Amino acid sequence: MSTAAFVVIAIITLAGALAAASLSKLIHAALCLVIAFVGIAAFFFLLGAEFVGLVQVFVYVGAVAVLIVFTILLTRPSDEKVGGFNWSGVVIAIAIFAGLIWAILGTPTLSIAAPHIEPLTVKRIGEALMTDYVWPLQCVGLLLTAALIGGLILVMEEKP
Amino acid sequence: MSGERVDQIFVVAKHWLLSLLDGAPLWVMPIASSLLNIAAVLGAFITLFALISVLERKILARIQNRYGPNRVGPFGLLQPLADGIKLLIKEDIVPLRADKIVHFIAPIMIAATAILALGVIPYGRNMTPFSIDGGILFFFAVGSTTELGVFMAGWGSNNKFSMLGAMRAIAQMVSYELPLLITVLPVIMIVGSLSADAIVAAQDGYTMAGVVPRWFVFTPWGAAAFILFFVSGLVESNRTPFDVPEGESEIVAGHMTEYSGFKYATFFLAEYFGMFAISGLAVTLFLGGWHAPISALQIIPSYVWFFAKLAVLLFVFIWIRGTLPRMRVDHVMRFAWTFMLPMAFTCILAAAVWHYQRGLAGWLWSLGIVGIIYLGLSHLLETKKKFAPRTYRFAE
Amino acid sequence: MTPTLQLCLIVSAALFSIGLLAALSRRHAIFILIGIEMMLAAANLNFIAFWRFAPQPHPPTGVMVAIFSIAIAAAEAAVGLALVIAVYRHYRTTNVDKLDQLKG
Repeated sequence: MSTAAFVVIAIITLAGALAAASLSKLIHAALCLVIAFVGIAAFFFLLGAEFVGLVQVFVYVGAVAVLIVFTILLTRPSDEKVGGFNWSGVVIAIAIFAGLIWAILGTPTLSIAAPHIEPLTVKRIGEALMTDYVWPLQCVGLLLTAALIGGLILVMEEKP
Repeated sequence: MSGERVDQIFVVAKHWLLSLLDGAPLWVMPIASSLLNIAAVLGAFITLFALISVLERKILARIQNRYGPNRVGPFGLLQPLADGIKLLIKEDIVPLRADKIVHFIAPIMIAATAILALGVIPYGRNMTPFSIDGGILFFFAVGSTTELGVFMAGWGSNNKFSMLGAMRAIAQMVSYELPLLITVLPVIMIVGSLSADAIVAAQDGYTMAGVVPRWFVFTPWGAAAFILFFVSGLVESNRTPFDVPEGESEIVAGHMTEYSGFKYATFFLAEYFGMFAISGLAVTLFLGGWHAPISALQIIPSYVWFFAKLAVLLFVFIWIRGTLPRMRVDHVMRFAWTFMLPMAFTCILAAAVWHYQRGLAGWLWSLGIVGIIYLGLSHLLETKKKFAPRTYRFAE
Repeated sequence: MTPTLQLCLIVSAALFSIGLLAALSRRHAIFILIGIEMMLAAANLNFIAFWRFAPQPHPPTGVMVAIFSIAIAAAEAAVGLALVIAVYRHYRTTNVDKLDQLKG
């Protein structure tokens, strides 16, 4: 894990996230969110969890981002810029960030280097999913089905 | 053995080029190796793109009883060069009210994803440019990003034809991504790996007294999945008969309406690269990758076999384009949800049966499942009525 | 020098705070959903980081939790965006400040 790659990815991710949170045009914000998501996937790759990184790209960039842009298209209000900015939110966010940083820097056990690990193959993940995590997997399947049906019913046109 | 040497000529060449960098620092080697792979893939596929773009026009011309391009160079083979120069010197027009940045990034993004998807396909023995454990997942993760690029092109142009085309493209890509993914699952179930190399290795060898190769397309579930995969691939690469997003008689050129010059060429390139990627994956998954069809022909290098199979699939793409009319947009969508998806799930079922019962019995069982569900579906969807001789009310 | 666990956690904390900022201060419903997605992604980053830096050998619990969390985030996004569309159809606005009635 090289520091240079870490720094570059961190800057790209945080810049994308900050742009997504602060840009005024919704479409631009959604596209910047995609940059942030790709950055997070790169982090996963860097940390040795390739499978999760690929799933992150697949689900977030391929599905969630497309959903978001579709929703933006379907709910385009006449005034493009939805005004209103709550400055108290900024204060709360900064306060929470400061608190988290204080907690992280105050814990000396966290400043450890990465140990050497054997690569996490897809096979190992699959075996874990089918043995130890088979019930959570079933529950997630049920949840996704419920979300699918719920989403469909929510957006169905109401019969007059 | 000289056959093996010819087979590995590119691998040996790469090692020789890398050995020139022996004294360099440690971090240079992986970067140089990746750059060499990228250059090789890009060089091979840009050549193939130029070739296919002229061959497509010639084959289409033959289907339509014409000559096709034959003025530039011998047999018109230099036509792509002339086309390229023409597109390069054209004026680049950006609409006044377009979203400039999004409009600019869209073609780059579409082309980049199409090129990335080409990286995980094994082109020959030891010739996978980007060999990772989850290769197939990488292909689809990258491929799903194309939708966003299409959306950006449609939105950035600020044109109603562009937006309509982009909406159509995304709707049909999302719908057909499901059957595309699900038809890959049987192969992954049987092989037990997401790596493209392992899938090709699993199709090594010959059965039936060494005559029939052990490719997945020669099993009932494999054949069904291959046809479904190919049809979904046609949709994903926006080819006829599913080219409603860019149907010129309805919405000009869809999301590409407001692009001109080199940006338009980039879209064109991305479309063909997407076609190569999907055909390459079909070859890898179902047609045995770089394995030879007959054991006696194994002396011919592996990459020749891969590109021969790829060429056959590309010819079928062009053949279909020359033969079939464009489908209506609602028919395309209904076909995805009522026929493709149930059939894709059937392939999983048939593959599971095959997994537990190999040999002739498994073959017949698996064929039975696919056949029964196919017949049931066609009965339910009343295809008979649709394909019956039409009665015309106003013609005649 | 290689990055330590601390650095990963700092990046994740920054991402979480940016997500919180988007969710709290923007008045558009889709921005709030974007913020929530970012916070979930920051949590995933933490899970993966703790798995990576845990003493070896170690079962891949963090990776598993991250995979499930991605699936749940997808479901959340689908339902959340469907809600936004339903609300927009009813009130013709996506500004959450204007949605202040209890009766339809």
